[in-house]
Amino acid sequence: MDISTLHYLILAALLFTIGVFGIFLNRRNVIVILMSIELMLLAVNINFVAFSSALNDITGQVFTMFILTVAAAEAAIGLAILVVFFRKKGSIGVEDLSSMKG
Amino acid sequence: MILDSLAPLYAELSLAVFAMLLLVYGVLQKGQVARKVSYGALVALITAGMFLYAEPKEHVSLLNGMFIHDGFAVFVKSLILLGTGAAVMLSIKYMYEEGFARFEYAVLMLLAALGMMLMVSAGNLLGLYMGLELQSLSLYVLASIRRDSIKSAEAGMKYFVLGALSSGMLLFGISLIYGFTGSIDFAQIASVVSENGASNLGLTFGMVFVLAALAFKISAVPFHMWTPDVYEGAPTSVTAFFAMVPKLAAVALIIRLLMGPFETLTDQWQQIIWFIAAASILWGGFAGIAQTNMKRMLAYSSIANIGFALIGLVCANDEGVGAALVYMALYMVMTAGAFGVVMYLRRDGLSAERIEDLAGLSQSHRYLAYIMAFFMFSMSGIPPMAGFFGKLVILKAAVASGFYMLAVIGVIGSVVACFYYLRVIKVMFFDGLELSLDKVPSTSRQIVVTICALIVLFFVVKPEPFINMAMQAAQMIS
Repeated sequence: MDISTLHYLILAALLFTIGVFGIFLNRRNVIVILMSIELMLLAVNINFVAFSSALNDITGQVFTMFILTVAAAEAAIGLAILVVFFRKKGSIGVEDLSSMKG
Repeated sequence: MILDSLAPLYAELSLAVFAMLLLVYGVLQKGQVARKVSYGALVALITAGMFLYAEPKEHVSLLNGMFIHDGFAVFVKSLILLGTGAAVMLSIKYMYEEGFARFEYAVLMLLAALGMMLMVSAGNLLGLYMGLELQSLSLYVLASIRRDSIKSAEAGMKYFVLGALSSGMLLFGISLIYGFTGSIDFAQIASVVSENGASNLGLTFGMVFVLAALAFKISAVPFHMWTPDVYEGAPTSVTAFFAMVPKLAAVALIIRLLMGPFETLTDQWQQIIWFIAAASILWGGFAGIAQTNMKRMLAYSSIANIGFALIGLVCANDEGVGAALVYMALYMVMTAGAFGVVMYLRRDGLSAERIEDLAGLSQSHRYLAYIMAFFMFSMSGIPPMAGFFGKLVILKAAVASGFYMLAVIGVIGSVVACFYYLRVIKVMFFDGLELSLDKVPSTSRQIVVTICALIVLFFVVKPEPFINMAMQAAQMIS
C-alpha cells in the first residue's frame, strides 16, 4: 500500500486531537499539559511537511523550522512559569491551579 | 540602499533595537533601574511613533509580501503605541508598591508592542504567526511577573496553557489553509479563494480553526474562560495592559484576515462572527453581575465590549470596520482610566480590589470618585460620555447593514451590563465609609487617568475628526 498525503493528514489530525484531549482530560500534572502542547505543535509540523512535499513547495518546510524554534521558546517559558508556581505552591498538580474561581 | 527600502519598517526596527539596548542596560546596571528603563521605554515608544508618521500612508509591501504598510496599519499601530505608553506610565509607581519592580517589565511591554505591530502589518501567515507569538510569549511572562504571588503564577500558568492551545489551533488552521491554497501569502490566498473558495471544505476548516484561535486571543465567548482568572491574578498594571492593547491588535488582525484573503468567504465567516458577537455581549453582561472583584468585573466588561466591536466586523463593510476601530479606541481609553483608578485603591499597603472597597470613596477621595463615575457612565454608554459614541457608531453600522437582531442583542446586553457599572457608582457615592484607603500619589498615573477622563468627558465636543480618521483607516485596508 502506498502512503499518500491523506495518510499523513490523518496521522497529524489524530496526533493533534490526542494533544487537545491531553490538555483537557489530564487531571494529574502540568508537565503532561506541556507535553500535550508539544504534541499538538509537532502534529502541525507533520501537516506542513506533508503539504509541502505534495505541493512541491518549500514554504511549508520553512514554516516548520519557525514552528520548531517558537515551540522551544514556548516550552522554556512554560517551564519557567511552572517553576515559579512550584516554588510558591509546592506542587504541580492541575487541581492545585484553583485559587481563583467564579 | 537596502536600508532606505526598509523605511516603513523603521518603527518596528527602532522598537526592537531599543528593547534590546534597554535589556542590556538593565543587566549591566547595578541596583534598581526599573524606573529608568520604564522612562527609556517611553522614549522608545515616542521614537517609534515618529518613525511611523514620517512614512506616507500609501500601501507598501515589504520583505516579499510579509509586511504590509498602509493607512489601516498606521492607525492601529499609533493606538498600540499610545496604549503601551499609557500602560508603562500606569505601572511605574505600581510596580514599586507591589514589589515587582524589575527592569524586564518595561522591556517585555516593548517586545509585546513590537509583536502586536508586526501582527497588524502581517502580509502572510508566517508574519502573522511570528508577530502573534512574540506578543503572546511576552504576555505570558508579564502575567506571572509577580513571582512572590501564587495568584500571579497561577494566572500566568493558565494564560500560558490556553494561549499555547490557541496557538496550536491557529497553526493547524494555517497548515490547512496552506495545503488547500498552496500559499501562505494573503494576496495569493485571496485569489485562490475568490476562484473556488466556497466549495473548498479544507479551506473553510482552516479558516474556522484560525478564527477560533483568534477568538481565544480576544477572549470572545465561547473562548473566554481564561479571562476572569488571568485578569484577577495578574498585577493590576499588567491587567490594564491586557485589556487595552493586545485586544485591539487582535481585533485588527481579524479585520485584516477577514476583509483581506477571506473577503469572498463573507457568507461563511459572517455567521461565526455573528454568533461570537452575540454570545460575548450577553455572557459578558449577565456573568458580570455576580462578580465582587473589581478586576473580574472589568474582565467580563471586556468580554462584552469585544462582542460589541465584533458587531462592526459582522457588517463586513468599511463603515462597520471603521466603527469597530472607533469602539476599540474609545474602549481603550475607558479601560486605561478605570484600571488607573483601581490602582489607587490601597489599604495598609495592599491593593484593595473588591467592589465593596470602593465604599465611601466620594467622601475620602472626591476627585477619584467623580473620575471613576465618568468611566463607569461611559462604559455603560450613557451620553454625553465617549462610550456612548462608540456604541452609537456600532449600532448605526449594524442597522445600516440590516443586522437588526444583532443590534437589539447589543442594546439588551449593554442595558444588562449597566447594572454592574452603576453598582460601582452606587457603592462609591451612597454606601458609608468603612475603612479609609491609603493616600498614594503618583504623577504618571495621575497624568494618564486625567487625560483619559478628559477624553471621555469632552469627546462629545468634537467627535467627527476621530471618527472620520477611523473610517478612512478602514477604507485603506488592502
